[in-house]
Amino acid sequence: MATAPSPSETPKQRMPKQRVPRQGSPKAALRKQRAAGRRHPLATVALIMVGLVATGGAYALFSSSATAETQTAAQAQLDEGGKLFAANCATCHGMALQGSTQGPSLIGVGAAAVDFQVGSGRMPLAATGAQAEKKPSQFTDEQVAALASYVASKGPGPAIPSSEYLAGTGDAGKGAELFRINCAMCHNVAGAGGALTEGKYAPPLADISAKHIYEAMATGPQSMPVFNDKNISPEDKANIITYLKYLDKTPSPGGFDLGNLGPVSEGLFIWIFGLGGIVAITIWLTARSN
Amino acid sequence: MTTTEDRPATSLQPTRGARFTGWAGNYIDERTSISGLVKELGRKIFPDHWSFMLGEVALYSFIVILLSGTFLTFFFQASMVPVVYDGSWAPLKGIEMSAAMKSALDISFDIRGGLLMRQVHHWAALLFIASIGLHMLRIYFTGAFRKPREINWLIGFLLFVLAMAEGFTGYSLPDDLLSGNGLRIIDGMVKGVPIIGTWISYLLFGGEFPGTDIVGRLYTLHILLLPAILVAALGVHMLLLIINKHTQFAGPGRTNDNVVGAPIMPVFAAKAGGFFFIVFGVIVLIASLFTINPIWVYGPYDPSPVSAGTQPDWYIGFADGALRLVPPGWEVVLGGYTLSLNILVVLAVVGIFLVVVALYPFLEAWITGDKREHHIADRPRNAPVRTAIGAAGVTFYAVLWAAASSDLIATHFRLTIEGVIHGCQVLLITGPIIAYFVAKRVCVGLQKKDREIALHGYESGRIVRLPGGEYIEVHEQLDDYERWKLVSFEDYTPLMIRPNAQGRITVNQRVRAAASNWFFEDRIAPVTRTEIEKSHSHEA
Repeated sequence: MATAPSPSETPKQRMPKQRVPRQGSPKAALRKQRAAGRRHPLATVALIMVGLVATGGAYALFSSSATAETQTAAQAQLDEGGKLFAANCATCHGMALQGSTQGPSLIGVGAAAVDFQVGSGRMPLAATGAQAEKKPSQFTDEQVAALASYVASKGPGPAIPSSEYLAGTGDAGKGAELFRINCAMCHNVAGAGGALTEGKYAPPLADISAKHIYEAMATGPQSMPVFNDKNISPEDKANIITYLKYLDKTPSPGGFDLGNLGPVSEGLFIWIFGLGGIVAITIWLTARSN
Repeated sequence: MTTTEDRPATSLQPTRGARFTGWAGNYIDERTSISGLVKELGRKIFPDHWSFMLGEVALYSFIVILLSGTFLTFFFQASMVPVVYDGSWAPLKGIEMSAAMKSALDISFDIRGGLLMRQVHHWAALLFIASIGLHMLRIYFTGAFRKPREINWLIGFLLFVLAMAEGFTGYSLPDDLLSGNGLRIIDGMVKGVPIIGTWISYLLFGGEFPGTDIVGRLYTLHILLLPAILVAALGVHMLLLIINKHTQFAGPGRTNDNVVGAPIMPVFAAKAGGFFFIVFGVIVLIASLFTINPIWVYGPYDPSPVSAGTQPDWYIGFADGALRLVPPGWEVVLGGYTLSLNILVVLAVVGIFLVVVALYPFLEAWITGDKREHHIADRPRNAPVRTAIGAAGVTFYAVLWAAASSDLIATHFRLTIEGVIHGCQVLLITGPIIAYFVAKRVCVGLQKKDREIALHGYESGRIVRLPGGEYIEVHEQLDDYERWKLVSFEDYTPLMIRPNAQGRITVNQRVRAAASNWFFEDRIAPVTRTEIEKSHSHEA
């Protein structure tokens, strides 16, 4: 690197080496060399000037109209969200998000809560029950975003997390430790889920999107407690997500994991398949040939 | 093939190999007098019924446990010294843990073949205790525990308890989250015992739970004391098996005084040797395909986290289930001291259940007043009350066992955990009663069917029209061999109350007569020879 040739020399030195074998003609290479040598020393500078002016002008041109367009787009999104809300959510949550006997107030729940509940299909509810079930989302991503921005516009709350926390590039070890301490008592150490009271349950966490995991921690849906940024910092939330994504990506080193349900599935397995198989073998061994 | 014509010559002149074998056999026999033992042992007869091989499965899985366990001891460090993990499993790097946990992780990830050996050891342990359980059920339901085998039943029971203790101590060794939680429950149960509980807990853990001693202590128990007792008891169990000989199911030529089957040498030994490798192979196959006890997921023990779905291994499940089924509020405060009935009742129920299992042969012998030796195994249907008691016991155990997985039943069958617990509570009481009556009726019904078949043969499905227009279904008679199996069983009658030498009827006798009546009042008498002859002449 220290002895790198100057930019003007590079083409002259390298091009013959690259082209000669391909073209098979030393004359053609010489012609090219001369063509490069004929370029004015200031040509590069002029080119950069033209480029800068063009880019700057274009930016000035577009940015002025862009603000206006975003504003209209945002307003359109809000209007769209309002319509969707009135049509799909207001029956229970009220036209002014004030809540009713059927559903809680949504003022101040934030965009994150809407994105989680609607994005994971839990809302709108399919049926009243112990808890809202995860199901395929009823809305497109744009509609979810519209609903989220509409609800967020009615009161400040946790926002949809920025992508830096969702990449799964944190410290998996730290995340695993936090997960065992804060999450495993309901979700199971391997994130296999677990039972709560009265038919409620902590769902399994395998293959849940990083965004939804983060939002669930930030907003505490249903029986889940809220882990705010003072409790578990965004970086630590990212660490937990990293650990869960690590589990998703890493198959159990010991073979099939039997649902990661611990000794119960192991016990069932050894009785049904282990001992069952061996009993079948004993029957085979003692069978008389007919 | 090529030496066909040489054969007579070889039979006269022993080959070099045969001469060596003869010389070696003679050499050893002259110095050890072992031929008597070989003669006795080599002619030990094994009846060939599949259910007679369950004990063998237990024996072979125990051998697998010994082999794999020895491998593990080469690398396991039974120490609770805190160290920082720096092995291959990324999510635990830099985490502080005990040396025991670290070495268990190193066995899993950094020692060649270590994970397979760990999994072989653990799966073999589960299979060991499961096969003991099934073996015990076979012995129970065929009445093979009767005289002269009551002592061997007791030793077998001791082996079962030892195996559970071995399992539990092993489960606790890696010092991961799951094993620590298991120990915490034991600690709680010990502390629930009035007066001495706390003292014992401090003695056991060398201070307040979890302390820094328990893994080392459990390790000594796990690899030294318990296996030593287990091997000794196993030896006596096998010795008594040889002395008492095998039981066998009734059949032609099989009497109370003989055993029909293959001698140990050479056929059975070859079969058993092969079967050992089959069991070994099945265990290794399971261990190489299915994860067991993923300690790397559980992480090191820390008293604060408890994972959802924390369960003991299956054989301790019934005790865990008993704890889960205790209704809330079973605590009494007496003079400032809390009496934890929620723990004491569980200890009592589990303890009584185990004692009844251990002493059942003596109980039944007392009730029946039968002092004869029994070498013919009963078919379960021919002892309806015993079978019914067994069914009730199995149901009781099964409900406790199921209750240990109440949370997983709730999530997987979409039930409420309270509903599962309440259901199990009801079933724990009603289930055994229902099972008792159903099993007894089924047995009596099967006996009636047997009687019918022995007397009148079985329905052949062939409908014949008689000359007079009547349709009958032709009944085929059983051959004598098949019929023998149906009619040869003991017929008991309830004991009569008789005054003793002083002319008095004791309470003991009354209780015994009542129990005997309960055992034998509903019974189907075996078909007699006269009945068969009568029925045949009638049909002929």
